Amino acid sequence: MILEMREHTDPVINPETEAYWKAANDGKLLVKYCMECKEPHFYPRALCPFCMSERTEWRETAGRGRIYSFSVMRRADPVYAIAYVTLEEGVTMLTNIVDADPETLRVGQEVEVAFGAAANGQAIPLFRPPDATR
Amino acid sequence: MARQAKAWIAGVYEHPTRKAVDKTTPQLHAEVALGALRDAGLTKKDVDGYFCDGVAPGLGGLSMAEYMGLNLRYTDATETGGSSYIVHVGHAMQAIAAGKCDVALVTLAGRPRAEGVKALGARDHGADMPERGFEFPYGPAVTNLYAMAARRHMHEFGTTSEQLAWIKVAASHHAQHNEHAMLRDVVTVEDVVNSPMIADPLHRLDCCIISDGGGALVVVKPEIAKALGDRCVKVLGQGEAVKHTNGGRVDLTWTAARRSGPIAFEEAGLTPADMKYASIYDSFTITVLETLEDLGFCEKGDGGKFVSDGNLISGVGKLPFNTDGGGLCNNHPNNRGSMTKVIEAVRQLRGEAHPKVQVPDCDLALAHGTGGQISQRSGSATVILGRSDA
Repeated sequence: MILEMREHTDPVINPETEAYWKAANDGKLLVKYCMECKEPHFYPRALCPFCMSERTEWRETAGRGRIYSFSVMRRADPVYAIAYVTLEEGVTMLTNIVDADPETLRVGQEVEVAFGAAANGQAIPLFRPPDATR
Repeated sequence: MARQAKAWIAGVYEHPTRKAVDKTTPQLHAEVALGALRDAGLTKKDVDGYFCDGVAPGLGGLSMAEYMGLNLRYTDATETGGSSYIVHVGHAMQAIAAGKCDVALVTLAGRPRAEGVKALGARDHGADMPERGFEFPYGPAVTNLYAMAARRHMHEFGTTSEQLAWIKVAASHHAQHNEHAMLRDVVTVEDVVNSPMIADPLHRLDCCIISDGGGALVVVKPEIAKALGDRCVKVLGQGEAVKHTNGGRVDLTWTAARRSGPIAFEEAGLTPADMKYASIYDSFTITVLETLEDLGFCEKGDGGKFVSDGNLISGVGKLPFNTDGGGLCNNHPNNRGSMTKVIEAVRQLRGEAHPKVQVPDCDLALAHGTGGQISQRSGSATVILGRSDA
């Protein structure tokens, strides 16, 4: 069995986060970066959650990371894998793993960003093994 | 010398129903309130403080005060998920100490079974949840979020499914004696690890039950407790804390019990070794394992060995836990567990637990709640309770 793209709930998009979702539609994964304390954060916010500076900016990530933890939801149809992925940039984000055999997933595994779509067509960042073929 | 307490728990009540098809949620709140007041030897006319959670009907304290006809001078609806009621015990203690109320009523009620709530969905707190767009699309359910904590704990410390199963085994040994428990069959480690996988590595029997019903507490000032007699239980210390994803610096191997526990122990002037009994919120087996470590009952990472040595089984181990069967086997009203944790701790301190699970000479006990999801944002609250002569 290979984990497939599932139909994702439409994300709520608002002025604070719309840049993230527009970038996703262009195949880019962004994080917010604080120009005061020099720390990236996730999920993105207008004010830095570490120092509350209002000087935050969007930065494109390399789209690569490692699985921090995961769980395959066996009771769902179709079966899907939720995961936390730690990006090279240092933040850990909630996501789904796709294009992978759920039996081969492991903590520490390298993954790269891929994009699925919500019901309304909005691109949603997902992750898959870099050697996955699509 | 007897320890001083700023507040006492005078009455407790656990609703006997597990599926409330013919009752409303406000009705359940009122029934548990009446039960706890009768247990205390008080009436609703004595109540001047009222505490409920954020999912209480209507406008919380305002709606429920009207429904029950309470005449209040203090209300609090602090919402920290399933840990709310142990938060309320602490807030009631503070309000009583400040002279803001004398008799505080805390109620929990809900009907998730009757309403057909599914365990697979995410908890929806509205479109303005700041994390919504970054979490909901990925199918977070309570089960797979706790499962990710279990997976990471296994990865870092070598914890096994068999070790986690011992927590259910202990709960089931206790639940066999509870006539109200939803699950009364004694299970083995093999039963747990051979039960269907829900969200790996958590099996069906690693998960708590879903039940309707509720519970209530009556917290009173010391002068009233003295008049009511020695069934009252001292509130010796309480701590609360919140943990979240910290801007994307996620660590799933610990809970906010790491912070709430030391606060409660320090306030009580006691240590984990002093506890004769512990009620630990058990939404899942991993919840108990991480909490035991975080509260200092064993070293971080040693929880698997601690539970598989049988330490949680009353009459066998050194830390009997959840002697009513807990959320894993007995009752988990409205998917919220810390209310029943306080109630069973009070039963133990009064010597009113089932004789088969009663801890001998139980003078000091702990109750701990976890709310929200430990892979996302969660609240922890710990309370240290003492028998009247402790």
